[in-house]
Amino acid sequence: MAPAFSSRSRNRRRTRRLAADMGLLVCAAAFVLPLAWVVLSALDPRADLRVKAPDGLTLDNFDAIWTSEITFTPLLNSLILCGGATGLTVVCAALAAYPLSRFRSRLNRPFLLTILFATSLPITAIMVPVYALFVRVDLIDTLQGTILFFTASQLPFAIWLMKNFMDGVPKELEEAAWTDGASPMQSLVRIVLPLMGPGVSVVTVFCFVMMWGNFFVPFMLLLTPDQMPASVSINEFFGNRGMVAYGQLAAFSVVYSTPVILLYVLIARRLGGGFALGGAVKG
Amino acid sequence: MNSRAVPPPNLRRSFVRALPVSPALVVLLLFLAGPIVYCVWIAFTDLRLTGQAESSFVGLENFRTAFGDEEFLNAVWLTLVFTVLSSLIGQNTLGLALAALMRRASKPVRTLTGGIVITAWVLPEVVAGFLLYAFFRREGTLNAILDWLHLPSQNWLFTLPILAVSFANVWRGTAFSMLVYSAALAEIPQEITEAAEVDGAGGWRRMWHITLPMIRRSIGTNLMLNTLQTLSVFGLIWVMTRGGPGDKSQTLPLFMYEQAFQNSLIGYGTAVALLLLLVGSLFSLVYIRLLRTEV
Repeated sequence: MAPAFSSRSRNRRRTRRLAADMGLLVCAAAFVLPLAWVVLSALDPRADLRVKAPDGLTLDNFDAIWTSEITFTPLLNSLILCGGATGLTVVCAALAAYPLSRFRSRLNRPFLLTILFATSLPITAIMVPVYALFVRVDLIDTLQGTILFFTASQLPFAIWLMKNFMDGVPKELEEAAWTDGASPMQSLVRIVLPLMGPGVSVVTVFCFVMMWGNFFVPFMLLLTPDQMPASVSINEFFGNRGMVAYGQLAAFSVVYSTPVILLYVLIARRLGGGFALGGAVKG
Repeated sequence: MNSRAVPPPNLRRSFVRALPVSPALVVLLLFLAGPIVYCVWIAFTDLRLTGQAESSFVGLENFRTAFGDEEFLNAVWLTLVFTVLSSLIGQNTLGLALAALMRRASKPVRTLTGGIVITAWVLPEVVAGFLLYAFFRREGTLNAILDWLHLPSQNWLFTLPILAVSFANVWRGTAFSMLVYSAALAEIPQEITEAAEVDGAGGWRRMWHITLPMIRRSIGTNLMLNTLQTLSVFGLIWVMTRGGPGDKSQTLPLFMYEQAFQNSLIGYGTAVALLLLLVGSLFSLVYIRLLRTEV
């Protein structure tokens, strides 16, 4: 290969990379504007609606929202709701995934197809009937009712994901335990789940993040202000006031969003960048 | 292991083995299948929120009302516009473009852009709504930029609310397509694109004749999932416009909510919900067909 050719192709590659970089940076700039607003305004003593350099840095906005009414109670409620529902989802999903992954049965395929079908149903659509049903069975405005519905709405996806991760654990490892007389439950808890630790944590974090950000479910099923999670209280608190303190709104948004972003970073690292909900999308 | 001699221990064994599925099954039947069945039932009644002892069966009345109701048809139209603009065109194309560019870009730029786009995706729905509300408001960032460029600015949330919420949905949802397509593009063998390059196929032709056909399954799956996700967007639009002004950004989920709670017509609202659920189920079935070989 002549040196002239390879240097030309190297040049071309460099030009191309530059063009791709420029294209991505333009997109990144467009995407970052709304994010920049929330970060800058949270620190700005005179925040308004546009992105601008703050008039001096201050933590007053955070101080102002640091009350139980605005911040602590809603975040605690979110934690109870999402923590409870995530725990329940992960336990039910791990139990359900085990026989689906380990034992052959004629029912597996229809069950998995139904689960996959339910995964992609628009849950928003059934919130009105769920409300009507919850009024009838007296679960409306209760945390346990909301937790159970959250669990049900997240379970199909969680089972599907969990089963795919579980399939990755070789069966041979368990067979030794079975010959030693371990029950399937023992081998699930002692062998399979520890071996699929990253998988379990992905399912857990994913469920938690989905519920933490969900607005419509608690908006419909909870009525008492004291029970509202942050997703609803933020809207009630800032949405229904004539005069909005934008700096405080931004500060609250930052406080409320930080946990899910950190959790996401945690699992994305664990799986290496290519985490495209692999289990779900690629089957 | 003497029980082997007895003919049907299989049934018992299968039952014991299937037992761990039961907690999930109970929750799913009671809180997911139950409401869906209940949805089908009350869609055919005149259930109301207030001042009514019991509801009665009204047959197809709710559906007949819906298809003669201009507000409903408006919501169907807006849902269509919202889905096509934000999901089919916006999230899908932009996601593919970002994924394709990322394969060529340098690592720091790739990481930075990916990080920003994914952050927009991970943010809670209501926060995303507030951010985009601030962006599109009359005194917000978009108009500030337009002023700076000496372009005409306007009150986006008032004049073109459906466009504003569609953009918001693109901002929020593109990361998913980007991740799906990044994974799909990574699986295309390098030799194929290189061979085409040597044969003199330019970037666009390679994209059209080689890359797109090779990732068509991912395109199908991604379109299905984007559409389903977009059909059920509520919080984002609620925070930004409440469906207004008037009903200029009132998609079906918001219409359903308004009928059921502001107008107290639970039966009617549920009939709309059922239609939404049916459309979703159709998409869901197509999606499963696309994936079926892999279960």
